[in-house]
Amino acid sequence: MSDRGFTGVVDVKPSLPMRQDVSAPTVVSTATGLVSGFFEWFGNLGIFSWRVLTAAFTPPYEWRELIRQLDEVGSKSMPLVLLAGAAIGVVISLEARYSLSRFGAKSMFPATLVYSVIQVMGPIITGLVVCGRVGAGIGAELASMKVSEQIDAIEASAINPFRLLAATRIVACILMLPLLTVAADASGLFTGWFAQALVEPLSFHQFISAGFSGATFSAFLPQTFKTAVYGLIIGLIACFQGMNTRGGAEGVGRAATNSVVLGSLFLILADVVLVKFILVFFP
Amino acid sequence: MATTDTIAIDQAELEQHGGASVAVENLCKAFASHTVLDGVSLSVSRGETLAVLGRSGTGKSVLLKIIIGLETPDSGSVCIHGQNIAGLPIDRLSEIRKKMGFLFQHAALYDSLTVAGNVAFPLEHHRKDMSRSERSERVKHLLAEVGMEDSFDKLPSDISGGMQKRVGLARALALEPEILLLDEPTAGLDPISSGEIDELILKLQRERQMASIVVTHDMHSARTIANRLAILDQGNVVIEGSFDDLQQSDIGFVKEFLKQS
Repeated sequence: MSDRGFTGVVDVKPSLPMRQDVSAPTVVSTATGLVSGFFEWFGNLGIFSWRVLTAAFTPPYEWRELIRQLDEVGSKSMPLVLLAGAAIGVVISLEARYSLSRFGAKSMFPATLVYSVIQVMGPIITGLVVCGRVGAGIGAELASMKVSEQIDAIEASAINPFRLLAATRIVACILMLPLLTVAADASGLFTGWFAQALVEPLSFHQFISAGFSGATFSAFLPQTFKTAVYGLIIGLIACFQGMNTRGGAEGVGRAATNSVVLGSLFLILADVVLVKFILVFFP
Repeated sequence: MATTDTIAIDQAELEQHGGASVAVENLCKAFASHTVLDGVSLSVSRGETLAVLGRSGTGKSVLLKIIIGLETPDSGSVCIHGQNIAGLPIDRLSEIRKKMGFLFQHAALYDSLTVAGNVAFPLEHHRKDMSRSERSERVKHLLAEVGMEDSFDKLPSDISGGMQKRVGLARALALEPEILLLDEPTAGLDPISSGEIDELILKLQRERQMASIVVTHDMHSARTIANRLAILDQGNVVIEGSFDDLQQSDIGFVKEFLKQS
C-alpha cells in the first residue's frame, strides 16, 4: 500500500524526486503504524483484562499465591512508602511554614499540612513509588517466566496463568495501595509536625486537632480509596507487559521499563480523572 | 468449572479416528507470511510412541504446542480422546490438559522453586485430596523414577541440563498422564545422558502404556524409543512408518535425511 503511494507521488511530481520519494511514504507509513499500533495495544490490553477478570471470579481461587503477593506488594513496599511519606511531610512543612508566614496565616499550618498530605501528595507519591518498585518487579518477573517458557509450562500443567499469575498480583495491588497510602499519610503528617515542632513548640495533639477540625470523612476517604484504581493500573499494566513479552533478555528489560513508564503515565492521567470525579460526587 | 460432560470422550469422534488418543487432521499454521504447518495429519494410540523428525524450523515444536493448546492452528483439528480442542475455553481445555504431560525443549522448570517444588506444583493445584505427606511421598517416588531423588532440595540452576530434563519429565508425569508430549528430550545432551533419557522414556512407556509423541532431530534416539516415525518437510508429513519403511523409501528428502543422521 505504501509502495503504491510512493509511486503515485513520484508520478505526479517528478521534479522533486528525492525529497518526495523518501519522506512522504515514510511519514505516512510511520503515522499509520503508530495509530494502528496504538489501537492494537489497547485492543490487546482489553482482551487481556477480560481474561484476567473472568479468571479472577471463577474458582479455583489461588488464595496462597494471593497472600504471597499481598506480602510482596504490601509488606515489602512499606519501608519505601514510609520513607517517601516522611520526605514529603518535611518538604510540605518547610514550604507551607514559609508561605503561610508571608501571608500572616501561620495558624492555617496544621490544616494545610493535613490536606496537602492526605488529599494530594500522599496518594500520588505512594502510587508512583509502588509503581516503580512493584510494577518493575512484576513486569520483569513475568517477562522472565514468559521467555523461559515457564508460563507455557504452567498452562501445560492445566493451570490458568491468568488466574495464578495475573489476577493474584492485580488484586494484591488493588488491596494494598490504600493501606500503603494510609501509612505514607501517617508518616508524612508525623514528620511534617516534627519539622514544625523543631522550630516552634506545637504538641502533636494540638496539631492533629487543628488539622482535622471541621473535616469530614468524605474529605479524606475518597482520596485514599482512589489509590485502589492506581493499584489496578499498576498491576494490570505490569502483568500485561510481562506476559506479552518477546525477545529474550532485551524483552525482559523492555517489559520492566514499560511497566514503570506506562504505569506512571496512566496513573497520573487517572489522577486527573479521579480528582474531577471526586470533586463532583464528594463535594 | 468443567463438568464431567465437558471432558467426556466423544465415542463417535473416537471411532472416526480409529480409537486414537491424539488425532491431528489437516493442521495448518503460519506465522505472518511464513507457513510452518501445511496440512499435517497424524494420530497416536495408547501404548504407541510416534517420533516426529525434520529439519530445524519445520514446525515440529509448534505441532506439539498446538496439540496441547498452547498455540492455535489456522485450520485443521486436534482431537484428544475424540474431543476436538479447537475453541475450547481455557478451563475446559485445562481438564483435557490434566491427561497430558509435556516436556519442554529447555525443561522450563520454575526457577524460583526447588526440584521437589517443581514436581509438586501440578499436584498442589490438582490433587487437593492429597495430604502434604502423601504429596511428598509421591514427589519422592517420581524423582526416584527419573533417578533424581538426591536433588530434592536443589534449585534448577544448580543442576545440569540433562538433570533438568529428568526433572521436567518427572513434572510431566506427576498427574499420571495418558498422553506424553516430548519436545527434543535429548537435545543438547552428551551421548551418555541422551542414552539414559532414552532408556528412561522406554521404561516409562513399558510401565505406563501412554500415547507419546516425541519431537527430535536425533534419529538414533527416535529409533530407540518410537514404534513409528514421521518426517516433516515444508510443513507436511513426507513419510510415516517404521524405520524400515523409511529406509526403503525412494523420496529424495527422506534418503538425504537418513544419510545425514
